[in-house]
Amino acid sequence: MRQWRFHPLVMVLPVIAAALAGRLLPTWTLSLATVAASNALVALGIVVLARTGNVSFGQGLFFAAGGYGVALVANAWGVTDATLQMLIGAACGGLLGLLIGPLIARYSGIFFGMLTLALSMVFYGALVKSSALGGSDGFNVGRPTLFGIVFVDPREADFMLYAVSVVTTGLAGIVAAILFRSEFGLVSLAVRENNLRVEYLGLSANRVIVANFAIAAAFAGASGAFALMAQRHIDPQFAYWTTSGEFVFIAVLAGYQSVMAVYVASLALELVRSFSNLYLPNTWQLVLGLFLLAVILFLPRGIGSLWAGRARKRADPVPDGGGAP
Amino acid sequence: MNLFLTIVLDGLIEASWLFVVALGLTLVFGVLKILNIAHGSFYALGAYIAATVVTASAAHHLPPVAGFVAMLLTVAFVAGAVGVLLERGVLKMFYGRDEVVLLLVTYAVFLILEDVTKLVWGVNPIYATQPYELFGNVAFAGLYYVGYDLMLIPASAAIGFAVWFGLNRTILGKIVLAVIHNEEISVSMGVRVNRVYAAAFGFGVLLAATAGALTAPKISMQPGLSSDVIILSFAIVVIGGLGSVEGAAVGAILVGLARAASVHLMPQAELFVIYLIMAAVLMIRPEGLFKRDTARRI
Repeated sequence: MRQWRFHPLVMVLPVIAAALAGRLLPTWTLSLATVAASNALVALGIVVLARTGNVSFGQGLFFAAGGYGVALVANAWGVTDATLQMLIGAACGGLLGLLIGPLIARYSGIFFGMLTLALSMVFYGALVKSSALGGSDGFNVGRPTLFGIVFVDPREADFMLYAVSVVTTGLAGIVAAILFRSEFGLVSLAVRENNLRVEYLGLSANRVIVANFAIAAAFAGASGAFALMAQRHIDPQFAYWTTSGEFVFIAVLAGYQSVMAVYVASLALELVRSFSNLYLPNTWQLVLGLFLLAVILFLPRGIGSLWAGRARKRADPVPDGGGAP
Repeated sequence: MNLFLTIVLDGLIEASWLFVVALGLTLVFGVLKILNIAHGSFYALGAYIAATVVTASAAHHLPPVAGFVAMLLTVAFVAGAVGVLLERGVLKMFYGRDEVVLLLVTYAVFLILEDVTKLVWGVNPIYATQPYELFGNVAFAGLYYVGYDLMLIPASAAIGFAVWFGLNRTILGKIVLAVIHNEEISVSMGVRVNRVYAAAFGFGVLLAATAGALTAPKISMQPGLSSDVIILSFAIVVIGGLGSVEGAAVGAILVGLARAASVHLMPQAELFVIYLIMAAVLMIRPEGLFKRDTARRI
């Protein structure tokens, strides 16, 4: 993104710092931050895809595919390493995305959203009825390890999970930021503006959408692996439409202008959720709904517009290709 | 043969109330261009209000018919009011935004209504079975059916016909159709589009709530009702084509029959089949079965 005057790779330092800062955080913040980081990863995928003008309401499909893939591999072959599980999840999600992408790249707008929603619900329906996978109750998996180290102390295990998820999500964000500035990222924006003209220029708009779709799916798959490691349990709820809705919720909250905003939005959502869970146990959805309405009303371009918009005004009044809408 | 008849009847009963829900959804989309996720919450709201009214009237020893009529009237009144208030008070602020943002706005309304119903009616299942015996039992070609269930079929057909007639054969309907086709021209012809929006949204909510009230005696009301209904009615309007009344009818019958068939033949595939149909229709005709092609922007 243009407002970053330095190379995105510089952000590796803050990511590592954030991972190490987990040492200082109290336990409850640690698991909250883990969930926030893992949700941010899916939302980041939605933002990547949204740059082609398509919003997926079915990321739960890849989220669940990653989770179930990892859980099955873990139980069958005893793969417990956290980084391996994350990679397996990303591979499951990404491959499924490559499979489905070409089928739905032809659609746009609300139909794209509906079709992704339908596919995720097909998966949900299949999961609920498959007794081999535990049906609607799902099944449990063991505690993850890291590079052969077994974590007995739950506090240590929480920290390990936090560190791995923050580093993964941070690296994904850096990759996304580099991607946004690359030729491919700019073509993605062009596809959103006018896919026919992109085709006239000799590029395949569908191929661009499929590539972005697969990236989003891989992110969701990796996130599913984290959700599995954090809960040590998986059930079809992973693929239900309300799960997917929450991810879109984070993406819209963040806006499509800044990668950083996705983390802020995800963390804000988790904070609002856990505080209203604590103080208003019966009305947290109500609080969440009001929060969402307020953000859409007062920050129409998302949380990211708080700083991204201002930076652009200061930098260059001419609209540049690198920025989002 | 008997099995076939059972599937067809069960499917039509299922289709009848689903059609009324989907009709509201498709009308709201046609006029306001909003895919309303909160639509299922209005269905649940209607069902809960109906349960309250029915229980209250039974407690006062009123005849079941009185309870049934009172239930429909109360639901219609409350739902219409809620719909118009929501449109004027909340949705109005977001017009002109992106389709997806509007979808998220209704998602927020869905979240809010979900908790409001929990606050008012609690989380335990509620029943309203009194009107269910109203029409007795009917023997039909060797099958026994609850009369109330069979009554739903003509009732929803009448609602569907009334909506079709209202839209296509009255002045008010023509105005609504004009807004659906081209809002800008309608404004310049002197149509007060704001009123049409409020009325259409109120009417959509009314239809969802009426379907909720009609099915309230058949089911148990508990949290989670709304998210299941919305996903079914989404499938229906997407199959039929967003904004199309005929499409909603055909979609509802397809989904109802598919559901009944899978319940009787392959119970493990119940949810699966519906979304499979939806995905298949979208693959072949992304605009739905009943939607004219629109010009592509170049």
